[in-house]
Amino acid sequence: MELSKLPGYLLGRLVKAAIVILAIVVCNFFLIHAAPGDPASIIAGQSGAADARFLEQLRAQFGLDQPLYVQLWIYLKGVLTLDLGFSHRQQVAVASLLWDRLPATLLLTGAAFVFALSVGVAMGALAALRVGTWGDSIITVLALTFYATPLFWVGLMLVLLFSVTLEWLPSFGMASVGVELHGFAVVLDVAKHLLLPALTLGLFYVAVYARLSRATMLEVADQDFVKTARAKGVPEGRILRRHILRNALLPIITFAGIQAGQLIGGSILVETVFAWPGIGRLAFEALLARDYQVLMGVFFCTSVMVVLFNLITDLLYAVVDPRVEVSA
Amino acid sequence: MKDFWRNFSRNRGAVVGLVVLVAVLILAVLAPVLYPGSPWDMAGMPFAPPGEEGMLLGTDSLGRDVAAGIAHGARVSLLVGAVSTVAALAIGVSLGAIAGYLGGLVDDLVMRFTEFFQTIPSFVLAILLVAIFTPSIASIVFAIAVVSWPPVARVVRAEFLSLRSREFVQASEVLGKSRLSIVVGDILPNALSPIVVLSSLMVASAILLESALSFLGLGDPNMMSWGFLIGSGRSVIRMAWWMSVFPGIAIFLTVLSLNLVGEGLSDALNPRLARNRGGKP
Repeated sequence: MELSKLPGYLLGRLVKAAIVILAIVVCNFFLIHAAPGDPASIIAGQSGAADARFLEQLRAQFGLDQPLYVQLWIYLKGVLTLDLGFSHRQQVAVASLLWDRLPATLLLTGAAFVFALSVGVAMGALAALRVGTWGDSIITVLALTFYATPLFWVGLMLVLLFSVTLEWLPSFGMASVGVELHGFAVVLDVAKHLLLPALTLGLFYVAVYARLSRATMLEVADQDFVKTARAKGVPEGRILRRHILRNALLPIITFAGIQAGQLIGGSILVETVFAWPGIGRLAFEALLARDYQVLMGVFFCTSVMVVLFNLITDLLYAVVDPRVEVSA
Repeated sequence: MKDFWRNFSRNRGAVVGLVVLVAVLILAVLAPVLYPGSPWDMAGMPFAPPGEEGMLLGTDSLGRDVAAGIAHGARVSLLVGAVSTVAALAIGVSLGAIAGYLGGLVDDLVMRFTEFFQTIPSFVLAILLVAIFTPSIASIVFAIAVVSWPPVARVVRAEFLSLRSREFVQASEVLGKSRLSIVVGDILPNALSPIVVLSSLMVASAILLESALSFLGLGDPNMMSWGFLIGSGRSVIRMAWWMSVFPGIAIFLTVLSLNLVGEGLSDALNPRLARNRGGKP
């Protein structure tokens, strides 16, 4: 894309992202009101945990005695100033709860994503080079298997194998409990804890990316510029890296953007299995406590993460591929 | 129909898938005969390993028979998978048909709406919906339908876009047929095959979604389900591996067979595409 058009494209994307986030906030608001029962007790977290005075305070704060549009306005104003409410159960603001848990989730999803992308593209490239061989069929079988296996069950089976039977890796938490570690030992300890959850979350996407990159590489390999390069006498390795792989990566970037939401959804299950102290685990704890305020915060926060991730992939795409239309 | 079967049975995986699927269906239907009584009742010693105490797949922490749980869970999984797919199809087909047939501003609006649902983390939304409307079969089906209609809408819209300017549609318009009867009577039957393929994949992902929800404790509290079995085995996996292993295998086999059947359907309904496939997917 011409650099002069980039700001306009960016602005368009930002507006779109803002609309999506606004829509999610409105969605959250109507969910509270669609739910059976008193909105105040839902905001507080149900099952009688909140006392009458707190409910009164909530009613005043959210303007529950006023018309719906006033309530929506109050709610919107709150969220836009990053006031995501208060968890009565944990006696902490929801925003600060989320903020505390965010790094762990980013570490987990980031590691899983990098693992899935690198291994998946490598496997897809190998399969594309050897179409019709057993290496190629392995990818198909792997993809079928991981498409059909529940994520949380893969996690449990890995725990069973690597933690219970072989006792190689920890199955619980993010760091060893009761041990004082310093410097590099801390990093190593976290990495050890990270391995199984990241593997669990990533395995499904390894299969997805392998299938996708195999298909796109075969498509690109058929095109004229690859034949030209071969006719020019460019070495095969260079053709693969510079001509085929580079062009095949574009659809994968797009796809990664589309799947960001699923990756984050999957992290809820993985964090639950491995007691990984991230946003997903927070969601599970909130579920157990029926703490809806926190759950809605998780929904808001994960949606913002997805929107931001999409924004980044859009940008990446526009920079990488000069043909992208500005209006797109 | 004969052609259909020939093309379908050419895909060996699809035939295996169909056999497994029928077996799961039979298990679901026969569950009350094979394992009479409630799967929630105690049947033997707690934590009996598979094969002991006459329990084929062992018992759980409360002495409930895992095999009985799996048999009764098959009913819930298949039921939720089927009903929520029908619901998602209803939403997706109507929105996709409206967008594709009317085009213009309506199309734009519907597609933005669809994109919104594809952007947001759907599993988180499903959790939120089930939690707020209290866990029950109805709320689970509702939540799964709400998060899984967008692909249907996209496929149906694309089909309608390409079909609506065809001659047979124009002929119906000239004959003065109403819009509704053109959409339902002329265009929809011609758009059915991608919908059929998609729906078998949707049943599979609905079963996965239901198991994930009930794993998190959001299952219907009165219904035994596979996800619930795995969830209750999670904390005692060091003592009783069988509690989480077997229900997982049940989910895996069912979902795999549905995906295989989906591929077979796709081959059978688009024979041209299947033959071209050769090396490429």
